[in-house]
Order: sequence, then structure tokens, then C-alpha cells
Amino acid sequence: MSDQSTLPEVVPDDDPGTERGRRGTRGTTSHARSIRPGFIAKLILIGTVDALGVYGVLAAWAVQSWGILAFLVVALAVANWAYFSRRMLPAKYLVPGLLFLVVYQLYAMGYTGYVAFTNYGDGHNSTKSDAISQIAAQNERRVEGSPALPLTVVRQGDDLGFAVLTEDDDVEVGTPDQPFAVADDATVEGGRITAVPGWDVLGFAEVAQDQEAITSLRVPFSEDADGGSVRTQDGSTGYVFRSALEYDAAADTFTDTDDGTVYTPSASGNFVSEDGERLTPGWRVGVGFDNFTSMVTDSRMAGPFAQIFLWTFAFAFLSVATTFALGLFLAITFNERRVRGRRIYRSLLILPYAFPGFLSALVWRGMLNERFGFVNDVVLGGASIGWLTDPWLAKVAVIGVNLWLGFPYMFLICTGALQSIPSDMVEAARIDGAGRWRIFRSLTLPMLMVSVAPLLISSFAFNFNNFSLIYMLTGGGPNFIGTPYVVGHTDILISMVYSVAFESGVKQYGVASALSILIFIIVGVISYLGFRRTRTLEEI
Amino acid sequence: MRRSIPALAATAVLALALTACSNDSGTDTSSDETSAASAEGSLTMWVDDTRIDSMRPVVEAFTEQTGVDVELVQKGTGDIGPDFVTQVPTGEGPDVIVSAHDGLGEWVNNGVVAPIELGDKADGFAESAVSAMAYDGQTYGVPISIENIALVRNDALLAETPATTFDELVAQAQGAGTEFSVLIQQGEESDPYHLYPLQTSFGAPVFEQAADGSYTDTLALGGEAGHAYAAYLAKLGAERVLDLSIDGDRAKQAFLDGKAPYIVTGPWNTAAFQEAGMDISVLPVPSAGGQPAQPFVGVQGVFISAKSENPVLANELVVNYLTSEEAQDALYEAGGRLPALTASADKVDDPVLQGFNEAGATGAPMPAIPAMSSVWSFWGATEAQLVGGQAADPAGAWDAMVANIQDAIGNNA
Repeated sequence: MSDQSTLPEVVPDDDPGTERGRRGTRGTTSHARSIRPGFIAKLILIGTVDALGVYGVLAAWAVQSWGILAFLVVALAVANWAYFSRRMLPAKYLVPGLLFLVVYQLYAMGYTGYVAFTNYGDGHNSTKSDAISQIAAQNERRVEGSPALPLTVVRQGDDLGFAVLTEDDDVEVGTPDQPFAVADDATVEGGRITAVPGWDVLGFAEVAQDQEAITSLRVPFSEDADGGSVRTQDGSTGYVFRSALEYDAAADTFTDTDDGTVYTPSASGNFVSEDGERLTPGWRVGVGFDNFTSMVTDSRMAGPFAQIFLWTFAFAFLSVATTFALGLFLAITFNERRVRGRRIYRSLLILPYAFPGFLSALVWRGMLNERFGFVNDVVLGGASIGWLTDPWLAKVAVIGVNLWLGFPYMFLICTGALQSIPSDMVEAARIDGAGRWRIFRSLTLPMLMVSVAPLLISSFAFNFNNFSLIYMLTGGGPNFIGTPYVVGHTDILISMVYSVAFESGVKQYGVASALSILIFIIVGVISYLGFRRTRTLEEI
Repeated sequence: MRRSIPALAATAVLALALTACSNDSGTDTSSDETSAASAEGSLTMWVDDTRIDSMRPVVEAFTEQTGVDVELVQKGTGDIGPDFVTQVPTGEGPDVIVSAHDGLGEWVNNGVVAPIELGDKADGFAESAVSAMAYDGQTYGVPISIENIALVRNDALLAETPATTFDELVAQAQGAGTEFSVLIQQGEESDPYHLYPLQTSFGAPVFEQAADGSYTDTLALGGEAGHAYAAYLAKLGAERVLDLSIDGDRAKQAFLDGKAPYIVTGPWNTAAFQEAGMDISVLPVPSAGGQPAQPFVGVQGVFISAKSENPVLANELVVNYLTSEEAQDALYEAGGRLPALTASADKVDDPVLQGFNEAGATGAPMPAIPAMSSVWSFWGATEAQLVGGQAADPAGAWDAMVANIQDAIGNNA
């Protein structure tokens, strides 16, 4: 950076503060002089970054992660260009942040957006070619009653074949093109074939070199096409297998070898027979907007989804309203000079805010336990109230615990905002004959709202996605009956997304991603409208 | 110089970012290689944290025998299954995975696990262990150990168990004068797993089993038998034999404190009982409904990834080596779990493990169908309503549950 000062004609005026002290070097053109400790530090740091980056590139090369490799190369080029070019002053500040933005935000958003339009999830986990090879493998069944054949892998030129020891102690050799035929003069030692004339016998190490070819080798067991074929999984024992389903690459269909049922690929990413029977696994396909509408179109889910949707709004709104009301009340109370020991009270009131939220939620969960919880057992003298098991009481409990967790924050910001209201304005109002209530309503509150309203909106957005509280306190329960996902009366949208994606037995990443995007849009729109509204407050 | 401070900070941050990018494989896992790369190749094996120590000497012996390196990667117990499903398609998954069998259905449904052929070796294993490794008529894994629950008695409180039915057992236990009689752990969502012996004794197993022992997705827990069991649960709840607020930890502690003569639990808790110096006996759970009380049998198995690049080596390890008596003996010595291989299990002389073995002999493997986790939640919620006394009509509540489970299976199949 300091080398900039060697070229005074390019030194921009954008950074006068730091440049001023070094104007003495103005006019020097020698580059040798420009090497200062700052430049060396920069060299070392960029060198370190480059070294790590090159290591990353090599590592990505080794595991053939081309996407990561390309990104690293571009990122390195951008970083070096930004920090060694003299004209890229803004970039010097922006590049690290932008790279973070790309890695942690844009990539995650882009991928979520992509997944939202696919049926990625259990049963549609991979690509179509994976699904085809897996269906074929799962439906290759050992022919019942067929013998286990001691087997040796043999080679002739480039052709691989199997030599097996039959039940009659004959040695037979076969290749994919040539069914098994007796090979004379083969050597058998201890139940294993060790030499076959005309063939090279492969040892364990050689088999290990060519595993894919050997496990995919199918040698017809007999001339009869329905007799099945011999295959091996470990290179030393062969079994006779028959495919119950055969894939026809030209027609892109599976055919049942017993009853001739044809399975064709469907739009939803499965091979399906005419009467609707599906083969698993399926593969990932694009499903358009199905994931976005699934919550409304599934009749079993529509009701609970509407409830969760409304409850999310109610929860976020009530959380903000209750915590703000209590926080403001306490702030006004302790802003009164006549209250003694205000500092001690204020410190104590901030305590709930100082504990980690998810820890408090867990403690509250224990305290609200129906039989052993502190609340029922001690406070209510052994009552048996289902704080977390009754749908309505659980909602009350969630709001109540969030009030405990959230009011110190509101108390803090209200205290700060109250103290910034000039006391002469209050004085003036009082002289004009305004009462306490009038002063609060027409002066204190509007002044307060100017600085607090944006925080209330962000608090709403935060509570809209307050996953840890719900997850730790109620786990979303008590559960709805009869829904296809395990969701409950206190679930909010984000905890429902978690349940859909991970907890409901069948994972549906596509639906979960679509729901996340919906939540993002809802929160975004509400925040936008809210911030637009607050602008009018500032005009007071 | 002041101007370079942001740049310093920025580059440091950038360095961190780049390191983060370059390290995206194998995060949060610790691994150890048994030796340097060898001519025969190497295998990656995922093991969860509770089993990695017992697996290590076994794979070291395998490396010595064959020259194939096995890299053990430790995974969290809860992550190992989901990570397997998401990572196998990307090619980042392991060659071999050690896991409980109840995730098998999900794996098959997602195409991440490869079928294997045990051949005659299958005859050497306990029947329930092999059928647990099968899904849809195809075998996918080698069983290594078996776990099930049984009735554990505190010998200091009661020396004999003459009871032949669960009601007699409760009556006898109540005669001991302790706070609890027969502890069966519950929770807010009840515990269908620990109640399953009682349920099967009414002849209401969760699914019908096919001839080969694998489950079909036809529900068998409804009907008259189910109604009788539901009524029985409501009765036990009303008598406070079962109590939803007694969860696993509380049940274990109460038994440790000598507050109950009996507890229905598994081998994972008995070590703690013995360490506390208790004299315990392990017995089968007596029948409540007249038919044999069958606990669920959980089987630990070793499975091969569908996208393993070393299928021959993986089969050599899983099918040929881990099925051997030597390997199963070694696993038992290091891990203390009942071996799935009958020859190795017969050598176990620990009376507690033998007790669990006898209790599990009649057991049925835990179902592995993909919809199982939604089944658990409906099942638990309804049993909680029965035990808690909220369900006024036990038979009706049970029927509603059966309909919900049927629905969940139908929609997920």
C-alpha cells in the first residue's frame, strides 16, 4: 500500500488522512525506496494467502472437485490483483467481504433455490444413472439352491474370465462371451484353483487392481439364457445370479424377467409400471413449483400448515409486543430519578439476557415439566398442569418464556432511547399544561419510536425465525394428529422446515428448501414494509 | 502505515476463508491410518464413537492378514446414518459403514448400500440377526452384535421370580415394599420400544413378518389383540405401574437406588448396575397377554457402500473376514456386546449377557422400513395418551393410531 506514495500523480484524494504524513516522499520515483515494512507485511500476508490457496487448489485437484478448484483459482487471482494493483483501492477493502458473501450467502442461497425446485430427499437421493445401477444391483438375486462356487479370476490377454470348481470337482472356465466349459489339467490346491493352462491366474493383489471390472463381470452359467450368470463380489467365491429386473438402455426401461412387466421412467423420478408400481431408488428431477404448493394442496397438511402459519405471526407479534411493553414499562420506571438503587435493579434485570437463550429454554423446559417441574411442584404446590402438553398452555408457555428471555433487550434499548430525549422538551410540555399521560403519548413515545421502531422490526424478524427457543422448549409439541410430518401446535415455520427436512422419517430437502424461501420472502416483505413505515416516524 | 491495518485484517480474514474452503472434506472427523498405503489398496470405514475402539484391533488384524489398509473414521452416533445417505452419492462416502440395522430401509430406498451374498455363512448366525440384515428379500450386511431388552432383577430385594405372568410379577414386586414395582421407562412420548414385549404378548406385533423373517408393510398391531393391549396399558397407567414422568434416566436412577425390584432395560444399563455393586439377574419379560413376550432385537451390522470404489476389498473385509469366529470373538472381547455369530455367542459366559441372549432368543428384529420414524411418533403419542389416562376410549384411540400409521406408510412407500 505504501508504494502508492511513490507515484504522486496517481495518488487519489480518496484517502487524505493517512497519506498526509508521508507526503515527504513525493517526487521519489525509485521503486527500491518504496519497500517499507508495510509492503513487506502485505507481501507476507498475500504470500500466506496464496500458499494456502495453492494448497487448496492442489487438494481440490486431488479429489477432483472442479467447482471448488475453479472458485479458488478465481478468488486467488482476484485477491492478488486487488492487493497488488495500484488502481484498485476500493477493492482492497471490499474483496474479502465479497468473497465471504459469495461463499456463505450467494452459494447457499443459490443451492437452496436449486433444491427447492427438485424433489431431492429420501428416495430421490442421487442421479438417474446411480438409480439405474442400484435398481439393477438390488434385483440381482441368487438362484435358489445354486451352489457356492470356489472361484478364481483368470485372464487371457485383455479378457477376464472366471475359473470355478464345480460340485463334481471339475474345473470350468468361462468368459462373458463363452459359457463355462471344462478345462483339463488345471491345478487345484486345498480347494482353490491355482493354475489353468492357457490362462493367467490373478492373485489377490492383481484382483485388487481391477475391482470394478471383476465385480461387474457376468459369466453365463450355461447355454440356457435363463440359467443365470456367475458373478463374484470378493474374487474368491462365485454364485449364480439371475436378474429379476433387466435394464434396456435403448428404451430406457426396466423389464421384470418373470412376468414381463415394463417399468418406464416417470416425471417424478421413478421407474413406474403401468399399474403404478414404483421401483426404488428414484432420482432427483425438477418438479417446478410443486414444493411451494405442497403445503396447501395436501389436504392433511393444509389445516395444520395454516395453523402454524398464523401461529408464527402471532408468536412473533406477541413476543415483540409483550417484551416491548414490559421493557418499556421497566425502562420508564427505572428512568425515574426518585427510584433508589436504580443501577442494581438495572444490572439484575439484564441477567436473563446474559444467559445463552437455548440454555434458558432448556432450564424452563425442566421447570415446566408436568410432574417434576419447579413451577407445578413448588410454586403451584404440587398441581398437575400440562404446561408443555396442552396445545394452548404450551403456546402460553412459549410466549411467557420468550418474555423472560426478551424483555431485558427491550429494557436496554428503551432506557437508552429515553435518556436521549431532551429534558427541556418534557419541561416545555409540562409548562404548556400537558399531563403525564399526554406527555407520554404525544412526546415520549413518538420520540422513542424514532430510534426503537427499526429494532422492533428486526426483533419481529428474529422471533419469526426463533428456532432455538421452540426446538429447545417444546420441540414443536404437542403434536398434531394425522399430519404427514411430525409437527405440533407450537411449531413455527422455521421449526416446521427442520421437521420436514430432518425429523419426519422421510426427509424432504426439496420441500424444506421451498419453505425456507417462502419464509425469506415473508420476512423480507414485512421488514421492507416496516422500514418504510418507520420513515414516516422520523418526520416528527 | 495506518492504512495497511484494514488490509492486514482483510488478508488474515481472507486466509481463513481460503483455508475453510480448502478443507471441506473430512471436517469434524478424526481418522487414523493403520499404516502407509500398500499395494493391495485401502478402505475407508465409518464407525460411530461408541464402537470405534472395539473395531480398531479387528481391522488391524485384517490389515496384517491381507495387506489392505483400513482407515477408521469416527462419526457421531446421530450423524452416521444421515451423513451416509447424503455423502455416498457425492463420492465422498466411505467404503464400509458400521451401524444399527434400523436405518437399512432408508438406505436401500436411497440406493446407498450394496447387496451382499453371505452364502452358507448365513447359517452360522442367529436367525434374527441375519433377517435384520435383509430388506425386501435381499441381504445387505453382516451382523456383528445383538442387543435387546429384558427383565432385570435386583437380587438384594427379591431372590426369586416365580411369576409367570406380568400381573403376578407386579403383585410380587409390590410385595417387596419399595416405591416402584416394575420400572419400564417412559417419557412425554411414552416408549413403544420398552413396552413392545408387553404388546407382543397380546399377539399384536407392529408388522407382519414374511416367511424369511423380513417385515412386510402390512400392519398387525390393530384388531382385537391391539384393543386388549390398549386397555391393558390404560390399566397399568391407572395403577401407576407405568408413569409418563419416569423417563430413562429416572428409571435407571430409581433402580440404582434400590427403589424397585425390577426394571425392563437393555445391556447398556447393566454395566452401571454392576459397577454400583448390585447383584442382578437378567430374565425374560413374563407374558401379559398369554402369548410370548418378544422384545425388539437391535442388530449392529457392517454394510458396504453402493458406490465403493473397492468392492472386492470391502467384500473381503465384510463378508469373508468379519463373519469369521476369530473376528467376532475379538469384537466381543473389545466391546463386550453379544456376538451375532452363534459359535462366538456360545462362548460368552457372562451370565448377564447370557440372560439378555435368552430373553432375545424369541425376539423380533426392529423394523427397518423408511417410514419407521413417523410410526414411532404416532405409536408413542398414542401410548402416552393411554398411559396418561387422556384417552377415554382406549380401543378407539388405538384404532385412530393404526389409521394414522397406515396413512404414513401409504404416503411414504
